[in-house]
Parts: sequence; structure tokens; C-alpha cells
Amino acid sequence: MPYSPLLVKPMREELTSAGVEELLTAADVDRWMAQHEGTALLIVNSVCGCAAGAARPGVRAALQGAPRPDRVATVFAGQDLEATARARAAFADIPPSSPSMALYKDGELVYFVPRHRIEGRTGQEIAADLAQAFERWCVAAPATR
Amino acid sequence: MGTFHNDKGELHGITVVVDTDGPDVFVGRCHEVTPAGVVLLDVDVHSEAPGAASKDEWVRRAARFGVWGRHRHLVVPSARVASIRRLGDVATE
Repeated sequence: MPYSPLLVKPMREELTSAGVEELLTAADVDRWMAQHEGTALLIVNSVCGCAAGAARPGVRAALQGAPRPDRVATVFAGQDLEATARARAAFADIPPSSPSMALYKDGELVYFVPRHRIEGRTGQEIAADLAQAFERWCVAAPATR
Repeated sequence: MGTFHNDKGELHGITVVVDTDGPDVFVGRCHEVTPAGVVLLDVDVHSEAPGAASKDEWVRRAARFGVWGRHRHLVVPSARVASIRRLGDVATE
């Protein structure tokens, strides 16, 4: 059963205040996933302690640096059920976990952070992992003639 | 980082690999380690056998993507536990 909207509001705002787009419905997810060009990070947010202590602070810190994905969005597991199910369908062969993060490049999943790579770690460690992934996948290839 | 239940031990809430001396290896979220055994939630188990992935191969894949919680609750008896470690500490490459 979803938690009170009042309780999760600050958990949502911790990401949206960093410029992360919130996907509340399946239609929102479909629209966001339909754009394939460039790089995109999808965060599966949750109420658990490792989301509060590591995932959200890690994302916020990583997004302050460069390079960073062209688009960043989030769904909230256990709250926005339809949107989360639709988002997870995009990586259906990966066991569901939350929090988790998926990085896409030109529509292809290139990097995934499951919950067990978040739990027990600090926000700084998560930020460092993300920064490394952004460095690898979010740097535009030099133009060729 | 701590959890809401600090009396359950440092692995409470952490996804762990519980290996045995036999063919079985378990991955699940640790609830508690007691004298009787390791209490796991949302658990998957792999049994090494001819033609199947080795325990090491299966654990490495689990470390990359996680596991399907095929068992909601499971206790691995202490007598069967050879080792317990965090899945997040397992190398993925």
C-alpha cells in the first residue's frame, strides 16, 4: 500500500529540485522512453533507507558535475505503481529492485545500478560511480568530417 | 549506513551471498544472523550441477543485475553456512 503523499513529498522533491523530471503515469513513461536520441538516466526512487542515505544524495551530487545525461527522470516505486511497472518493463529481464538506476544511450540500456550496489554505501560513493558512468557514456563523440 | 533496525546486526537490510559447502548458494536480503541460521528475504538459490552455471558464474551475474525473489522468506541453517558476504562486494567483470 502506498505511503501517505505527505510523507513521500520530500523524497520526491529531493530529486525534482535537482532538475529530475518526475514520471507519474504510464503515459509519462511512454513519452519519456519514446525519445531515443542522446543519453538518459532513469531513477527508481523508493522510501527505503538506502534511497534516503545514498541513492538520492548520490544522484544529486553526480548531476552537479559534467558530463551528465541529456535527460534525467524518476518513477517512485510503491507510490506511482503504474508508472513504475511501465518503466521496469523497459528492462524486464533485470530483477526489479528499488532504489535502482538505468542509464540509456540512444535508447539502449548501457549501465544499471541495482539496489544491492547502493545499500550500505554513501552518497559520495554512489555519486562517484555515476560520475564514472557518465564519463564513459555521456561524453559526445567528436564530430567527424 | 544504518537501517531502522539496528538490533538486527550490521547485515540487516543488506543483500548477501550465503555460500554452502554443498552445491547450493543463496542470494537474498539479510534480515538477521542468528545462532540457528541466516534469515533471508526475497531469496534466490542456485544449485551447481553438471551443465548448469557454476556457483561463481551465477553469483557474478547476480552481482550485475540482482536476483529474482523466488522465496519470500528462507532460513539457511548455520550448519550449512560456509560463508556470508555482501553481494555488492562481488566483482562483476
